[in-house]
Amino acid sequence: MSRLWAHVPAWVINALIIPVVSVVLGFLVAAIAVVATGADPTLAYLYLFQGAFTNTNAFAETLVSSVPYMFLGLGVALGFRAGLFNIGAEGQFYIGALAGVFVAYSVHGLPAIVEVPLALLAAIAAGFLYAGIAGFLKAQTGAHEVITTIMLNYVAFLIANYLVTTPGLMLDPHAHGLIRTPYIDANAVLPIIFPGSRLHLGFLLALLAIPAVWFLINRTTVGFRLRAVGYNAGASKAAGISVARTTVLAMGISGALAATAGIVQMLGIQHDMTAAVASGYGFDAIAVALLARSNPWGILPAALLFGALHNGASFMQLQTTPQVSSDLISIVQASVIAFVAAPEIIRWLLRLRRHQVAAVAITQREGAAPHA
Amino acid sequence: MENALELRGIVKTYGELRANDGVDLVVKWGQVHALLGENGAGKSTLMNVVYGLTSADAGEILFDGKPVTIHAPQDAIALGIGMVHQHFMLIPPLTVAENIILGHEITKPRGWIDVEGAAKAVSELSSRYGLDVPSRARVQELSVGVQQRVEILKALYRGARLLILDEPTAVLTPQETKGLFEIVGNLIQAGNAVIFITHKLAEVIEIADQITVMRRGKVVDSTTPKESNQADLARMMVGRPVLLRVEKQPAKPGDVRLKVEDLVVTDDRRQVAVGGVSLEVRAGEIVGIAGVEGNGQNELVEAISGLRTAKEGRVFIGGRDFTRRSTRLRLREGLSVIPADRHKEGIILELPIADNLVLEDYDRNPFARWIVRQLKAVAEYAARLIKQFDIRASGPTAAAGSLSGGNQQKVVVARELGTEPMVLVACQPTRGIDVGSIEFIHQQIVAQRDKGLAVLLVSSELDEVLSLSDRIAVIYRGRIVAVVDGAGADRDRIGLLMAGGAAA
Amino acid sequence: MHEMALLVVSIRPSDIAVFGSQTLVTATPLTLAALGGVMSERSGVVNIALEGIMLTGAFAGYVVALFTHSLWLGLIAAVLAGMLIAAIHAILAISFIVDQIVSGTVINILAIGVTGVFYRTYLESQSVAGPGHLPTWHVPVLGDLPIIGQVLFQNAFVTYAMLGLVVAVYLVIFHTTWGLRTRACGEHPQAAETAGINVYFVRYVNVIVSGGLAGLGGAYFSLQQLGNFLPGMTGGRGFIGLAAMIFGRWNPFGAFGASMLFTASDQVASRAIAFGVHVPGQFLGMLPYLLTIVVVAGAVGRAVAPAADGKPYRKS
Repeated sequence: MSRLWAHVPAWVINALIIPVVSVVLGFLVAAIAVVATGADPTLAYLYLFQGAFTNTNAFAETLVSSVPYMFLGLGVALGFRAGLFNIGAEGQFYIGALAGVFVAYSVHGLPAIVEVPLALLAAIAAGFLYAGIAGFLKAQTGAHEVITTIMLNYVAFLIANYLVTTPGLMLDPHAHGLIRTPYIDANAVLPIIFPGSRLHLGFLLALLAIPAVWFLINRTTVGFRLRAVGYNAGASKAAGISVARTTVLAMGISGALAATAGIVQMLGIQHDMTAAVASGYGFDAIAVALLARSNPWGILPAALLFGALHNGASFMQLQTTPQVSSDLISIVQASVIAFVAAPEIIRWLLRLRRHQVAAVAITQREGAAPHA
Repeated sequence: MENALELRGIVKTYGELRANDGVDLVVKWGQVHALLGENGAGKSTLMNVVYGLTSADAGEILFDGKPVTIHAPQDAIALGIGMVHQHFMLIPPLTVAENIILGHEITKPRGWIDVEGAAKAVSELSSRYGLDVPSRARVQELSVGVQQRVEILKALYRGARLLILDEPTAVLTPQETKGLFEIVGNLIQAGNAVIFITHKLAEVIEIADQITVMRRGKVVDSTTPKESNQADLARMMVGRPVLLRVEKQPAKPGDVRLKVEDLVVTDDRRQVAVGGVSLEVRAGEIVGIAGVEGNGQNELVEAISGLRTAKEGRVFIGGRDFTRRSTRLRLREGLSVIPADRHKEGIILELPIADNLVLEDYDRNPFARWIVRQLKAVAEYAARLIKQFDIRASGPTAAAGSLSGGNQQKVVVARELGTEPMVLVACQPTRGIDVGSIEFIHQQIVAQRDKGLAVLLVSSELDEVLSLSDRIAVIYRGRIVAVVDGAGADRDRIGLLMAGGAAA
Repeated sequence: MHEMALLVVSIRPSDIAVFGSQTLVTATPLTLAALGGVMSERSGVVNIALEGIMLTGAFAGYVVALFTHSLWLGLIAAVLAGMLIAAIHAILAISFIVDQIVSGTVINILAIGVTGVFYRTYLESQSVAGPGHLPTWHVPVLGDLPIIGQVLFQNAFVTYAMLGLVVAVYLVIFHTTWGLRTRACGEHPQAAETAGINVYFVRYVNVIVSGGLAGLGGAYFSLQQLGNFLPGMTGGRGFIGLAAMIFGRWNPFGAFGASMLFTASDQVASRAIAFGVHVPGQFLGMLPYLLTIVVVAGAVGRAVAPAADGKPYRKS
């Protein structure tokens, strides 16, 4: 079998075959769980697929669900490229949403072309600064970003809860006892781009963000610095690049992208903010970025897959008897990450040669003890 | 006297390099056997074979007269061979006693560590050999000299009768060295054997019973302190000049381009590594720094490049004081550095050759406009340098990691010289690369000198320093101990100075 | 100020006892997770999977207790399930050299999936009576002591176990051969290997034991506190446990103290509201996280992790 792969270029194996095989294996592992519940996995997956794709509205909803994953995945992937593990996308999501929503319900009567960018800018700035805290602490004190961003996630939930529940702050006084912010201004709502569905302009923004982030990483001096530091901080420093400043910047941009996911979700779908709860977005973002192997173009299929999974899962749960929980997709996701991150398993399964498989290098920067 | 260890025809190759090329060695009980040689002579490889850290391609090992096979350190330990590595294998936050008993713990029933028992065993051992250690102190609180004693005790605790000390004095103060020698004396008195790896001549004369000199993977000679002196040993160690002739005209030095004044630099452990160095390098000359590695060269270079802040003293580049300026500003001023460790500081293996060639200028005209990189300009520039510096690669987009070591180094050299700098600091510019690339890089350095470049060459290869330098400064323990003219420099005398021998 | 004074004046001994008791009880799962973290990270494997392991333990404990009608079998199941899912973390992180944060993330997501799927199938529509709660044991004599008795000696099993395990983990780590080898592997695996220690074996065992401890912590939620299982019921407490471990500097007693401090601040928050003092609870709730950030940043004495924590070990 190794001869079969001998003429396949390494990048095809690493960027295509391993992720695809990982996804297939992920579904297989989850199927075992379905069998254990006494349900029929083929039927479950059939409903999952139907729920995600088989009519226009379902497909539109899949695209809607994929929007936050695109921004979040881009953010985490950008961090990976700089050798940073941003596990705080979820907190940055809420901080961005808070700042953006505040702007979006405070403004009145301005044209959409002004209101939407204002809300986006507020979210981006807030996300940049919030994630920048972790970057700054890493650069100045060596505090590992994994720990600081986990902690900042919970701080973000509490900030959100405080602001949203406290009268006189962001709590809507006219909400009749409901805990939520005022609705955003009508002109700040992202317009629907596919009539009859919830598919909003945010999807196009996400599609634009992919080449933009690709361009930033691969075609700008900022991205060059970021990659250089991510690969080899020592050589970058010797070449006169400030590792500290690059770390803060990379963390900041990563957070800004996660924050964009938050505000786009609010402007496009929710239109107000309720108290924040752990949604698992942070972990999903890591999964999307890993599946995409930190390549911005790879984010598109990975985010679409995750969008489809989330969208199809509820339909599957409704249709199956005995019910197969929508949480099944978490098993798919966890297995997919495991297979992508441990390519040795797939290498062995497909009898690939050792040199054809690249390990997923993430935080391999010098001195990267997660708590040091 | 009986043989403790006998090695017959040990061969160990790493790719092209024959690190050990048919080495024979006999070590007797009750003797200190010094193994002398320059860096890369093959001493450490040989001892790693004996300790089971690597296995030989060919050859025999006899211990106590019997043939043995040693696959892993555990085998060596079981035989009674102990090794104190140059980089200690101690666990800093654990106590001395814990470090010593680790893996061979003294326990009460059910796995409780017998703290009292361990401390007692340690103090018994330490009093027997005069090795004074505080058994309850944490290793991280101890000086390097005491840590070394802990390492020796660790080996003895495991029943070592033959002790290998790898460059044991490299990290010690003169007082600590004296203490170590007393300990070694006690061990020998008790009938053990010690292999003492070093490149310091005075020490060899002082402590050894038998001396074996290695060079380029082979045993050059075996002698005793009585039959030889420092000058003889230095000659054996560095050998005759190899064929590293570089054609060059006499230097025509111009203005001072690089100047360091009373520079004091500390290392990572905050010990003084450079203790007041003053140097001048003029346009159109090559100043070589000769010295055994670890005598402050790295810290000196880092202070010049700005990667390390000088504690005292000043650094001038092109006549301007840059002591407190960033690396970036120094590079922009016209400083170029070929770092000693290519993979850590010179090149980014994952990035294409072209990106590596503009690593310092990626954001300047013509390689970038505002923040947008101009890849066409980068590619053109890279193609030019690849041709000019004879870099053998499939093209500018090939990853630097796909190149041979020599070509990787040429990428670094091309980047540093391609910008037509004012000052070049070249550290170990030809380490670990093929002869063809060595020649090429040497020619390039000399050619740039002739065009007015000021070059500071730092190399632990004496031959390289001798063949390139117009002036030679010898560094020892962070100080320049002599400056001599490059032409007709006395190789033996420099070798002696490098090894801490008295200046004649 | 006036309100604070009122708060101080009106405290009665019984309030102190309730406060102390509540603090200790709610600190139970945090401490167990943190102890798990100590075992794993002292050997050099970062464990951000504690949250997922606890959730798995909570679920397995409840299911087994429900179907066997034995709370004790449930407890054992919680521990075993924790060990089992931690073993996946060990295989990925130690044998496959997957980034330890990634493999911890895998476990956290997997736990949500597995517990969620089986919950819906087997538990959600369950009409049988639950297995009940672990009983409170009132220790004779000691339990009658004022304040101390109520705080320490009127608890249920998991809390007593937690108190014992704090001491046990401390003794294992600092006074046994195993602990010495564990610390050696976490600080300098090469040195441990040259001393003849099998670094892989030590790390595997520690990660799996870590899972057992966190699994028991999970049982607190389903078998002691609630007598029921709800999806996601651990609610991020595994991460607070991780924070407690760091704030307690990888020391079992430190981890316990940090857990107590964190839950005490919760208690203060809820009581302050009851007394009409407007300290927003959210700010007190942030305390564990902010303190942890402060400590990893080295602002108030640095938390120094085991030197090789998070670094995969490859035999040369």
